[in-house]
Amino acid sequence: MFGAVAAAILVTMLLAIIRLALGPVLYDRVLAANTFGTATVLLIAVLGYMNGRPDFLDIALLYALVNFVGTLAILKFSRYGRLGDELPDSEQNLQGEKD
Amino acid sequence: MTEESILGTVVVDIILFGLLAITAVEIARLRSLFGVVALSGVFSLLSAGLFVTLDAVDVAFTEAAVGAGVSTVLMLGALSLTTQRERIPSHTALLPFFVVVVTGSVLIYGTLDVPAFGDPKAPVHTHVAPEYIEGSAEVIDVPNVVTSVLASYRGFDTLGETVVIFTAGVAVIAMLGSGLRRRKNGQQK
Repeated sequence: MFGAVAAAILVTMLLAIIRLALGPVLYDRVLAANTFGTATVLLIAVLGYMNGRPDFLDIALLYALVNFVGTLAILKFSRYGRLGDELPDSEQNLQGEKD
Repeated sequence: MTEESILGTVVVDIILFGLLAITAVEIARLRSLFGVVALSGVFSLLSAGLFVTLDAVDVAFTEAAVGAGVSTVLMLGALSLTTQRERIPSHTALLPFFVVVVTGSVLIYGTLDVPAFGDPKAPVHTHVAPEYIEGSAEVIDVPNVVTSVLASYRGFDTLGETVVIFTAGVAVIAMLGSGLRRRKNGQQK
């Protein structure tokens, strides 16, 4: 039962890697990277149950947090083209472009 | 662990290694730098998964937090300073490929006389590990053996590592801080 779930998650991982490699648009890659992170979280949880050690769930939770940080950084990068400093300036730049 | 779950773990290990190889080839092949950054995050998530199946949960923690989390963010920061696509190199990649193949085969040759995974008679399990496992509950009184080894048996080692990381952090903050100050002064002028 858990084996079937693990196999399905591994297939999802492979498909996500293919989408990451092929692209073509940035948003394909963002979605694929996020999907892959989620699949890793699920895989670790399933492996924990498969080996009779459900305490792996805590680790899976931490991975979800790390994945969230990574996705936030990617989205910020794709919106502003940079990370960190001078963000208010670039927001003004974006609004300027719209006008 | 039942026999079935051991078999399942081995199959998952093999598939994860296969995905790791595919990811590595794609990282070398891709010219879109954003794709390379995302794929290197995938690479470290895959290796973290491998560490989890090998029961090295603490290593997997570090790999996921540093490899998939922080270094993806740092690489994106670096990407914002450069172009989106890698230039196609003018020379062929034959020499690097040769070096990689030679190094890889030497490494594989080195694993040939390594004891099998989980072998109880391996040197690492017969030296001081039994003492740690039996003694840590009474001597250190910490429920987790890994914690008692890191924080007590090898306390000075861990202290040294912490000092190194602290020094690196102070150095980075000193460099970044001076850069920020200079920019502010420049804006005022």
